[in-house]
Amino acid sequence: MMALWLLILIPILAAPFAWMGQQWSRSAPRLIALGALSVDVLLALFLWNYGSSVQASGHGSWLVESHISWIPRWGISLHLGLDGLSLILILLTAVIGIVAVIASWTDIQSRVGLFHCHVLLALGGVIGVFLAIDLFLFFFFWEVMLVPMYLLIIIWGHAQRRRASFKFFMFTQAGSLVLLVAIVALALLHQQATGQPSFDYADLMKLSLSSEMARWLMLAFLIGFLVKLPAPPFHTWLPDTYAEAPTGATIILAGILAKTGAYGLLRFTIPLFPEAMSELTPIVMGLGVVGILYAALLACAQTDIKRLVAYSSISHMGFILLGAFAGTELALQGVVMQMVAHGLSTGGLFMLAGALEERYQTRDMNQMGGLWSVTPRLATMALFFACASLGLPGLANFIGEFLVLFGSYPTQPIMVILASLGMVMAAIYSLGMMQRTFFGRQQDTRPVPDLPNVAFGTVLVIALLQVWLGLYPKPILSTTQPVMDRLVQATVPAAVTHHPPELIPSSTFLTSHVSTP
Amino acid sequence: MTLQDFIALSPILNLGAFSLVTMLAIAYQRHHARIAVFAFLSCLLTVATLPWAATTAPRTVTVLLVVDGHALLYMGLILIAAMVVIALSYRYLNVQFREREGVEEYYLLLLLATFGGLVLTTAAHFISFFLGFELLGLSLCSLIGYLRTRRHPLEAAVKYLLLSITASALLLFGLALLYFESGAMTFHAVGTIVKQAQSVPALWLGGLVLVLVGISLKLGLAPFHMWVPDVYQGAPTPITAYLATVSKAAVVALLLRFATEVGLLDLPPVVHLFSLLAVVSMVTGNVLALMQENVKRLLAYSSIAHFGYVLVALLAGGPPAAEAVTFYVIVYCAMSLGAFGVVTVYSSEGGDKNRFEDYQGLFWTRPWLAAMLALSLLSLAGIPVTAGFIGKFYAIAAGVDAGLWWLVLALIANSVISLYYYLRLIVTLFGEAPEPAAAPPGQVEPSAQRAGWTTAFSLGFVASVILMLGVYPNPLMELIRDSVSNLLMVAVRRP
Repeated sequence: MMALWLLILIPILAAPFAWMGQQWSRSAPRLIALGALSVDVLLALFLWNYGSSVQASGHGSWLVESHISWIPRWGISLHLGLDGLSLILILLTAVIGIVAVIASWTDIQSRVGLFHCHVLLALGGVIGVFLAIDLFLFFFFWEVMLVPMYLLIIIWGHAQRRRASFKFFMFTQAGSLVLLVAIVALALLHQQATGQPSFDYADLMKLSLSSEMARWLMLAFLIGFLVKLPAPPFHTWLPDTYAEAPTGATIILAGILAKTGAYGLLRFTIPLFPEAMSELTPIVMGLGVVGILYAALLACAQTDIKRLVAYSSISHMGFILLGAFAGTELALQGVVMQMVAHGLSTGGLFMLAGALEERYQTRDMNQMGGLWSVTPRLATMALFFACASLGLPGLANFIGEFLVLFGSYPTQPIMVILASLGMVMAAIYSLGMMQRTFFGRQQDTRPVPDLPNVAFGTVLVIALLQVWLGLYPKPILSTTQPVMDRLVQATVPAAVTHHPPELIPSSTFLTSHVSTP
Repeated sequence: MTLQDFIALSPILNLGAFSLVTMLAIAYQRHHARIAVFAFLSCLLTVATLPWAATTAPRTVTVLLVVDGHALLYMGLILIAAMVVIALSYRYLNVQFREREGVEEYYLLLLLATFGGLVLTTAAHFISFFLGFELLGLSLCSLIGYLRTRRHPLEAAVKYLLLSITASALLLFGLALLYFESGAMTFHAVGTIVKQAQSVPALWLGGLVLVLVGISLKLGLAPFHMWVPDVYQGAPTPITAYLATVSKAAVVALLLRFATEVGLLDLPPVVHLFSLLAVVSMVTGNVLALMQENVKRLLAYSSIAHFGYVLVALLAGGPPAAEAVTFYVIVYCAMSLGAFGVVTVYSSEGGDKNRFEDYQGLFWTRPWLAAMLALSLLSLAGIPVTAGFIGKFYAIAAGVDAGLWWLVLALIANSVISLYYYLRLIVTLFGEAPEPAAAPPGQVEPSAQRAGWTTAFSLGFVASVILMLGVYPNPLMELIRDSVSNLLMVAVRRP
């Protein structure tokens, strides 16, 4: 169906116009970017509506699907598919994209057209990532979003941008190449089994692998996605990158790009290697817990406000890792909720941190303090998002983290207990940030303007979304429920035994390794 | 020789005849533009004979030459690359050669070198191999030193001459040893001897290794790479582009045929040698490229690394390997022409511009030129939407298919290292533009400020090839698949 292509093509085709728009007026590129993203939001909402009617009436794993042949030599096709999970994430992408554009309204004053061109290209790539169900196409979009992000950092970033952009690009590219090898290996294994290489998700799902091969391939997939997520020990690129990128790019990086890693885990890593998963699950969940605690600890020690939010972001991503591998539907629901909630809360926090940086030309919290009376709007909203980030009940983050912890407890009780300490530490660093920035004695007495109306309105809208999802998370949960159902079923080994075992004589089925909780 | 043979040979005969006519035309009247256009048209008309020759392919013409899909594909690549080089050369020479003395022979030498390349792609016999090798090497030697009033080109020419002589000497000695053991001079017969014998004769193997070293010298594989950076840096930039593309593509075409017909990859010593060369080339090329401050030297080291990747693909063996190698070489030619093309165009505006500082902030002053360079560099780094990604994908696929896990891992690790220096150059392009030096007006010719339509057209062509192959590579893949099956078929069918 064309609508899926439109979702990707609208931002990408609008990109050159945004660049050219610079000649017409200073705000033209911003308006073009906003327009394109709004159309995407509307289109996604339309598909949501359309999808729910499909869901009610029929079956099939995809709500909407589009299939065009691309490189038949390698069994590669332009295969897009939309289900509940991708739909929610695409909506999040477009909304966060709008936030990023608005956050750059006053921040970006040079080369406005080019900036928005890159923003739109990156977002188009991200939407492609969420839609592609041919692994080659997925990898294609996975890389496509990287270059514009990189250029956003090196052209508009802060003082240390060179180092940060290098780290960002090389880390993610190294992870991606490992992923590419695994994808190619899967396609070639398909060729050995059936005589025809294929990169198609559905074909590769049917592939039965030897346990040895499955373990290595899953490891490669994990590395590729954990770098992006990020989880320790692959996280060192993140604080530098988030701090040095311009605010708009940081919002995209933290709000959306991190989610592509989580999406990759849910969409590919777990369903493709259900047998190998049971072996690696304790290690990966352990990494998640380490990420939660270690990053929270580091966040407590930061004086740079953007770095603090960056570390808190790693900490929150740990919950996603924990829940994704817990193997229960409840935890997976929590993961989706956490992805959306974290996207909204970090988007808001980085926007406010960026606004502070723009006003005081520093990110050092020691030089701030007592700003509550100077910038009341900014301060109130920061308090709101700090509370969201520490998991205050009634806001979306709480639902996400609570579901993850609750759902993971049956499988890994000790890890869950450790992970819940992360929520305590989140309270420490979030409130510490508020304390040092907005309360206490005022360090810098320069008069600065408060949040302008447009930015304030945007932050308010995100805040309302947070409250809405915190009180009534059902729309998201019920949209993604069928996807999560299938995911849980896929990890139960009985679901894969209907494939004829004689397809690959050497393969063995690990039927006894997964213990159903 | 029958009519069919002549038809099969028509590309080579055509280019040979045109070279002669070009020489006569230069003798009749010197005129830079006219000769340049004539040389361009010669290549174009030769390309036009390729489909005609394809009607008779695959065909063995005497014992010396084989015209098959493989040869014709590489001929097309060589001729098109030569056309791009000619188009780039015209403005470059106009600026560099102010005395306007004897510029025209440049094009004659270029045609002769291309002629040598065409012979190499079809060679199936020691004689044609050596003739093609020498014709290419000698013409290139004079081309590298063509700007004879400068120091660097002369130095580069001497270095290249020494390299050529060394390569030829090793090659001749190796061929002699092979002949001594097998009593044959066609690639196929040389290989048959070993297949029939119980063990590989030591002298035969020694000869083979010498031949392979000669070929590695020409390809600039480490540890035989010492000449590459100096020659790349010193040569006139269009010739550097030619060295990186045509000369290497022709040698790779020959290597593929040689490897297939002799059955090189069935011999464990050769596989070990190639694996070693591949890893050493990748590591040496990439690590040394990290420290370069000169764009041409950087690209030179990166070319060493890239041919290491090609070797990884070659080692996979069988049809996927030949496909991957051919695809990679075509892609590499496109991106090299792009990168060196930008250096040429930028240098065509007075003085060679090779240093990183010259490229500082180029995107803000010359967006199209910088975008072209960035595209080529991203392609060299293997980022999607560009052809380089598909090339790397192909190489990895061939390696994975053959189970060469360590080589594939080495390739990946090296790709990540290589990102560093490509990104460094790209960052430079997007850096803050330096304040324009307060040059007195009138010192720079206004006409030299902008790229001419010839260069714009050729760079545009290269850019579209890079993007086209990156987005829709299927037609080329099918073409290569046919040509490779052709190559293997001829090797099998010959008595």
